[in-house]
Amino acid sequence: MNWKRLEILLPFVGVAVLLAIWSFTVWLRIVDPVLLPSPVATFKAMWAGMFHGKLGVDFIKTVERTIYSTIIAAVIAIPLGVLLGSSEKLYRSVEFLIDFFRSTPASAMFPLFLVLFGVGDRTKIAVAAFGAALVILFNVAYGVMNARKTRILAAKVMGASRVRVLWDVMLLESMPATFVGLRNGVSLALVIVVVAEMFIGSVDGLGQRVFEAQQMFEMPDMYAAIFAAGALGYGLNLLFLTIERRFVHWAGK
Amino acid sequence: MTSVQPAATIELSEKARAAAVRTAPHVTIRGLSKKFSDATIYDDFDFDIPRGKLMSVFGPNGCGKSTLINMIAGLFPADKGEILFDGQPLNKIKFGYVFQNYREAVFPWLSAFDNIAYPLKVMGVPKADRNVRVEKIVASLNVKIDLKLYPYQMSGGQQQLVSIMRALVVDPEILFLDEPFSALDYEMTLFMREQLQRVFQETHTTTVLVSHDLEEAVYLSDRILLLSRHPARAVEFVHYDAPRPRTDRTMTESDFIQTKAHCLEIFQREVRKG
Repeated sequence: MNWKRLEILLPFVGVAVLLAIWSFTVWLRIVDPVLLPSPVATFKAMWAGMFHGKLGVDFIKTVERTIYSTIIAAVIAIPLGVLLGSSEKLYRSVEFLIDFFRSTPASAMFPLFLVLFGVGDRTKIAVAAFGAALVILFNVAYGVMNARKTRILAAKVMGASRVRVLWDVMLLESMPATFVGLRNGVSLALVIVVVAEMFIGSVDGLGQRVFEAQQMFEMPDMYAAIFAAGALGYGLNLLFLTIERRFVHWAGK
Repeated sequence: MTSVQPAATIELSEKARAAAVRTAPHVTIRGLSKKFSDATIYDDFDFDIPRGKLMSVFGPNGCGKSTLINMIAGLFPADKGEILFDGQPLNKIKFGYVFQNYREAVFPWLSAFDNIAYPLKVMGVPKADRNVRVEKIVASLNVKIDLKLYPYQMSGGQQQLVSIMRALVVDPEILFLDEPFSALDYEMTLFMREQLQRVFQETHTTTVLVSHDLEEAVYLSDRILLLSRHPARAVEFVHYDAPRPRTDRTMTESDFIQTKAHCLEIFQREVRKG
């Protein structure tokens, strides 16, 4: 039978069921049609917005901000994480600070960053980078600290210097954890960027699009922007996962 | 004519010195002491490791078999004492070390080939030479593994073979193996014993093997160091000089059986003392 081949379609079953329930709800008018447009109307709005309207521009803006903040976070957090992780004492001495700020909602930092960086892109990117950096830092440091002792010893026994052990062994040992950090970091950066775009005087970005559509009561546009944000989050995660699988091929084996 | 006499003396003494070096112990251990938080493992321990022999270290659990070769190989420091290799410290010599836990000792991000070449890279050997030397060691062991594979794509035995080749690629003066086959299945263990015996027969590299399997220790070794419970003393240094290559038949010969029985007797006496 061809059942095996059909199994690749399994992920679409949930989507089909959701669309069916949604259409049914609209058709039965269980919810006010102003609040819940039909799937067709929503996807038309999404298509038009992405390729002919402002949604596409906003999408690109949000991607830019998220990527910038993740790159800034990674550039700061990865070397710092390796440094902290290479000395357990050093890490323990700042662990509380990292955990404290990691637990602080980044959105609570908006006013502070507004004062520091003013109204504009810099603030959004800075807050998102701050949140993402702590997540990446924490993962990298733990990755380095949990490097297999035997592997480090093996390199030392072969005559590798401290720097070489750090570079050839600890850094690579921390790679799987680093990628976990990057994936979590980019997700968090997206959340912070979208929230930041909703407030602090934004003129573009997916957050601003959702907020504006809601204010204008353009429900299909609002749903379209929400789905666009969802697609972006999913896409970024998938992108990092693909890079991870190629680059850290040994992870979990 | 008077000038000839001293020259001849020097020549003689150089020959004599060379002969002395050949028969002198390879490694001299003097006054070795090591304490862990709960126990004194070594207290003023003296021992000479003979040159060009395959030596096994055997003794009761926790007596410090692995601790001994770990200190000799510099994995961790001794509290006191001196370990010299032909009178030189460890950092002046080339040696190989094979860990029990191959899974955690090989580098999973490097292919088998690059794993074997890694110590040469650390030594600063150019890439072309590295490749030649890896090819040489692989050929001499007659290994039939696809070396482009990564360790996690290989069986346990193949991974341990990679880490043995990694230890041998530097042409070590001395080779340490810490229970190298204990994480392998029996079939693989038998195969690996033969590989080790073959390496030893070809190179006659001074080899120190920590083993928890007496049969294996006797089968492979020229010398068996039997340790007491800690603080460890050398209870006996058993000689076993059966010719190589040794085979399954060796293990049925009376010499082998007697040596093994003798070692077992001492071992059990030491175990009961604890």
